[in-house]
Amino acid sequence: MRRAYFKNNWIAALVVAPQLLIIFVFFYWPTSQALYWAFTFEQPWGGGNEWAGFENFRAILTDGRYWDSIKISIIYAAGATVLSMGMALILAVFADRQLRGYKYYRIGAIWPYAVAAPAVGLAFRFIFNSSAGIMSYVNAAFPGFWDPILNGDHALLMVIIAGAWKQVAYNFIFFLAGLQSIPRSLIEAGAMDGATVLRRMRDIQLPLLAPTFFFVLVINITDSFTDSFGIVDTMTGGGPARATNLMVYKIYVDGFQGLDYSGAAAQSIILMFLVIALTVIQFRYIERKVHYT
Amino acid sequence: MTQADLPLASAVRDPEARITNPLRRRRAPGMVENTPVLNILTHLILLTGMIILLFPMYLVFNAATLSLQEVNAQPARLLPGDQFWNNIKEAWVTRDFGQKFLNSLIVAVGVVTGKIFIACITAFGLVFFDHRLRMPIFWAVFITLMLPLEVRIVPTYAVAANALQPFQTILDWTGISWFIQTVSGIEVALEWNMLNSYTGLIVPLVATATGTFLYRQFFLTIPDELVEAAKMDCAGPLRFLAEILVPLSRTNIAALATIMFVFSWNQYLWPLLIITDPNYGVVAVELGKLVPDTNTTGGAIPNWHIAMAGTLIVTVPPVIVVIFMQRWFVRGLINTDK
Repeated sequence: MRRAYFKNNWIAALVVAPQLLIIFVFFYWPTSQALYWAFTFEQPWGGGNEWAGFENFRAILTDGRYWDSIKISIIYAAGATVLSMGMALILAVFADRQLRGYKYYRIGAIWPYAVAAPAVGLAFRFIFNSSAGIMSYVNAAFPGFWDPILNGDHALLMVIIAGAWKQVAYNFIFFLAGLQSIPRSLIEAGAMDGATVLRRMRDIQLPLLAPTFFFVLVINITDSFTDSFGIVDTMTGGGPARATNLMVYKIYVDGFQGLDYSGAAAQSIILMFLVIALTVIQFRYIERKVHYT
Repeated sequence: MTQADLPLASAVRDPEARITNPLRRRRAPGMVENTPVLNILTHLILLTGMIILLFPMYLVFNAATLSLQEVNAQPARLLPGDQFWNNIKEAWVTRDFGQKFLNSLIVAVGVVTGKIFIACITAFGLVFFDHRLRMPIFWAVFITLMLPLEVRIVPTYAVAANALQPFQTILDWTGISWFIQTVSGIEVALEWNMLNSYTGLIVPLVATATGTFLYRQFFLTIPDELVEAAKMDCAGPLRFLAEILVPLSRTNIAALATIMFVFSWNQYLWPLLIITDPNYGVVAVELGKLVPDTNTTGGAIPNWHIAMAGTLIVTVPPVIVVIFMQRWFVRGLINTDK
């Protein structure tokens, strides 16, 4: 631990103050407000509010639409995570062989991370458009085969694919870093014992990648609960008939369009507990086992 | 998240280590394996992956080069047309992407500078001073990681409408505003509306748990001797910060700046909420407004070509940053876990 310190604690107070001020105003205050609103009947245009106890939560949890939203969020989280992690893992394992062109493959897998969620949403909305995009070929051959504007399952599938496409790059970066942190000597020892490339992947690299894998898994699930807003908003707006109304999108719709502040706050609290639980799992069980470099 | 201290610790000792890309570790020479079939298979798999990742962007580019009739032709045309510059111009001038582009740039630069500055001084106050509040403050900052904007969106919006609301409420509760009013006759009404302003777009995004964490990890690797030497030479804490720590943390700055640029350029929900005045709009939000309304068949012909030109305008700057700053980007991402 450090022994040499500066003595002037006024300067210390001065330099930590800006960040503390910002997080107080924009993090802790709104969070406490959300808690307060969740337990009161908040009037959208100000005025008195009345203590509600768990009434808001009861209203939310007995609402079939909220459970639909949870179900859709879980399907989205599972679908997008499996697709993007699967693809990223395959790409990383083979890119890690570092054959010719490795540099280009690497860039090719990393750049999608930079694409904004609304840009991904709009691009895939065009691509999966039933009449103008590439799907018009399929629809020309099989009329009515694909229609995300009217068919909720199609819309959800389209949102999942867009979300997965966006997430591949992030997962790839972590998988590749994880693979490259595996000691070289282990792989050489495997080769000496006559293990082929594929055998070494299966029995050495993939098991040693497990900590990275779980870390990425938790991050992906957390992200899919909070980060999907831009994609849903530009692709479907939660529709058709609420078929893509993910939890985070429902909070936005209920809060800003429905002006149901108490209901939105109660949903926020539930989502917050979900995110906190996932983060705690990540730190308790996973973080300490992951080592890079 | 102890992984952050390893590369950074070595960065202090070994200046060469600073410029390596975490993903560019070279394979030791000498392992020659003759696996022609597997090599071809590897290339095939990787190429398929590249196509899956690149093809959507090709389709976007392709649509941005077509005219209104061509883009809506059935079946769709897959070869580029000659309308590219017209469409870009249409989006840039008529849809006002030029102004929005400038706004996005201002916000991104503001957020990046602010985040780096705040992260640096907060970590400085937490590492180089001996006070009892160090760990509580560190945790207070760190816990904000668990509260993404999306889950506290409604009350955060309320705060942006009046950033001094928390203080007003506290003054009201504690009776101080009543006291001031009775003593001086002045009614306490604090108000600072951040809606429709650059401040509102930048300040709430400037707090950074990950940046503070990254800086703290780096500062912890600074040897005590450096601090003692500075004190012996009568350098005060701020001088030590400006003349020793900041130059040493250039790696940190580069890594943090690239990932934060991408982060702030791509912000969508926050600007969507707090900006209603088109003069302060940013490109990512503007894109949402380009969505052609095809939900009703009776509507106008969807102008996908302009929407896709807008998509390109939004996408190109961060992608260029990521490609050219790849090693900093990767390092920033891995060391901060985002």
